[in-house]
Amino acid sequence: MRRLTWFNVTSLSLGFAFLYLPMLILITYSFNSSKLVTVWAGFSTKWYGELLQNEAFLDAAWVTVQVAVVSSSIATVLGTMAALVLVRAGRFPGRTLFSGMVYAPLVMPEVITGLSLLLLFIGIGLDRGIFTIILAHTTFSMCFVSVVVSSRLVTFDESLEEAALDLGCSSFQAFRLVTLPIVAPAVISGWLLAFTLSLDDLVIASFTAGPSSTTLPIKIWSAVRLGVSPEINALSTIMIAIVAVGVITASLVTKRASLRQQADERAAVHA
Amino acid sequence: MSQTVFEPWNDPTAKPLIQFKNVTKRFGDFTAIDNQTFDIYEKEFFALLGPSGCGKTTMMRMLAGFEAPTEGTILLAGQDIAPIPPNKRAVNMMFQSYALFPHLSVWENIAFGLKRDKKSKDEIAARVAEMLKLTRLEKFAKRKPHQISGGQRQRVALARSLAKAPKLLLLDEPLGALDAKLRQDTQFELMDIQESTGTTFVIVTHDQEEAMTVASRVAVMDDGKIVQADTPARIYEMPNSVYVADFIGEVTILSGTARRGDGAYEISFAEDQPTLFAESDTEFDNGQECHLAIRPEKVSITAQKPSDRRNALEGKILDIAYLGNLSTYHVELPGGQIVKAQTANTTRLSRRSFTWEDRVWLSWTDTAGVLLKG
Repeated sequence: MRRLTWFNVTSLSLGFAFLYLPMLILITYSFNSSKLVTVWAGFSTKWYGELLQNEAFLDAAWVTVQVAVVSSSIATVLGTMAALVLVRAGRFPGRTLFSGMVYAPLVMPEVITGLSLLLLFIGIGLDRGIFTIILAHTTFSMCFVSVVVSSRLVTFDESLEEAALDLGCSSFQAFRLVTLPIVAPAVISGWLLAFTLSLDDLVIASFTAGPSSTTLPIKIWSAVRLGVSPEINALSTIMIAIVAVGVITASLVTKRASLRQQADERAAVHA
Repeated sequence: MSQTVFEPWNDPTAKPLIQFKNVTKRFGDFTAIDNQTFDIYEKEFFALLGPSGCGKTTMMRMLAGFEAPTEGTILLAGQDIAPIPPNKRAVNMMFQSYALFPHLSVWENIAFGLKRDKKSKDEIAARVAEMLKLTRLEKFAKRKPHQISGGQRQRVALARSLAKAPKLLLLDEPLGALDAKLRQDTQFELMDIQESTGTTFVIVTHDQEEAMTVASRVAVMDDGKIVQADTPARIYEMPNSVYVADFIGEVTILSGTARRGDGAYEISFAEDQPTLFAESDTEFDNGQECHLAIRPEKVSITAQKPSDRRNALEGKILDIAYLGNLSTYHVELPGGQIVKAQTANTTRLSRRSFTWEDRVWLSWTDTAGVLLKG
């Protein structure tokens, strides 16, 4: 092991400070007993208590979760289907055009996506509400799922599917019993990605949300415009905690699985 | 011990299990299989042998149902299989990569095909147990494919493809991923299993030694065509073309012109070289171009000119390939042609009779070589 020189230590602290100082300040002030965000007046958890009393925030949180779960699930189904076609169908007329069109929303400015969806909803006379947010989120997160799943399908050994057919499966059975279980990790991470994107989307949601349905990011954004309250800090801290726990669990599970696989393979060689 | 010879291809009353009738397969402009007609009989171990890109895998994939012939028909037990999808054919395939389902245990892999047939639980369990026993995998039933060794995976793939008791089993380079020693053992295992189950096997391989070891008949393929299909012994001893002679084993080809002599053809292959003599069933006209194919082990190597053989050439040892049990000598004739001669190393290396740069005599009998047209 090389020693930590003063230079290394400085770079490390600067880097991490840049990344995490803002969040650290936010978390610290969420435990501030003062109502003034920038003045420390002692430790307290009262803002967390008040948060639970705030109906508006709780409603927004519920809407956000509903939108995220439903839209990411639909996006996963559609995105996986798109990925299957683009990877498997081989060459067909317009294949390049189709794959380009599936991936275009990745680089499309969110404002444009939001605006065009808004125009569409007005055009077809759809009342804006939770349903339109779900539609909008499905639209933009589908292509992310498609990217994640197709990158896994490219390395998928197609002879596995042929083997399933050879052993008596119909095409759909082969997909359900062989392909899907094997690419499931990619499908799940596609879902998680879509879920996260939907959770923190502000721009598209504000275009497509109606008065009756406000998501949490919209709520926070509009609350902050009236001044940052310690309640917002508490809410944000909870969100950070949820995300952190999720990420750490996911990486631990992956790491353990790969370690076990390596150990098994070593054992198999010596068996 | 009496034994009936297994040669259904010589029996005109035998009914072939598989019949290729004028089968052509094209991919765009590329012709992978060129108008092929041939039969494979029940209980045969049929090898498709050839270099990569010769069409052998296409042939197999047409039997499995993953490719359809562009022209012609393939009959399985007298029935045209073109309209039958792969999942409805009484044909199973063992894939080159084994294609074991990584998320299922060895037991579940073997049971996979049986479950699709809606067999009862007891029936499936009994059949899987039988397959595990046949392939000596009982101890590994609960393991996942990544928890067993390469040789064991190969046996799981075999057990899985045999579990449904197919009429025909296709093996795509089944031993390609195994090391040399394990491969040899597995070849004999495959033959035993083929014999005990009575299944017809069609194997695709580019390894001529493997094809010769396991197969009852070998079809040597080149460029979308079967050049010769025959027993390993006849393929080796009686190749019908220079291509087959050259592809199977080591061979020296001396090209020249033939002239009919008394009982044997006289071949002149170089101006300053003596005439060679070879008996042949194939007819040659006087002055017709011919190729004498001669296997190195049929060439004797001596220090003096042998008195009892008409075919004798003098040359200089250019190279010695020491293979342990055998040594192959590359002898250069004055005209620059290389003739290979092989001797069994019955004595220890230190007492070897010849070495590099030695002048030696090569000789063989009139029947040792095969005279070919091209």
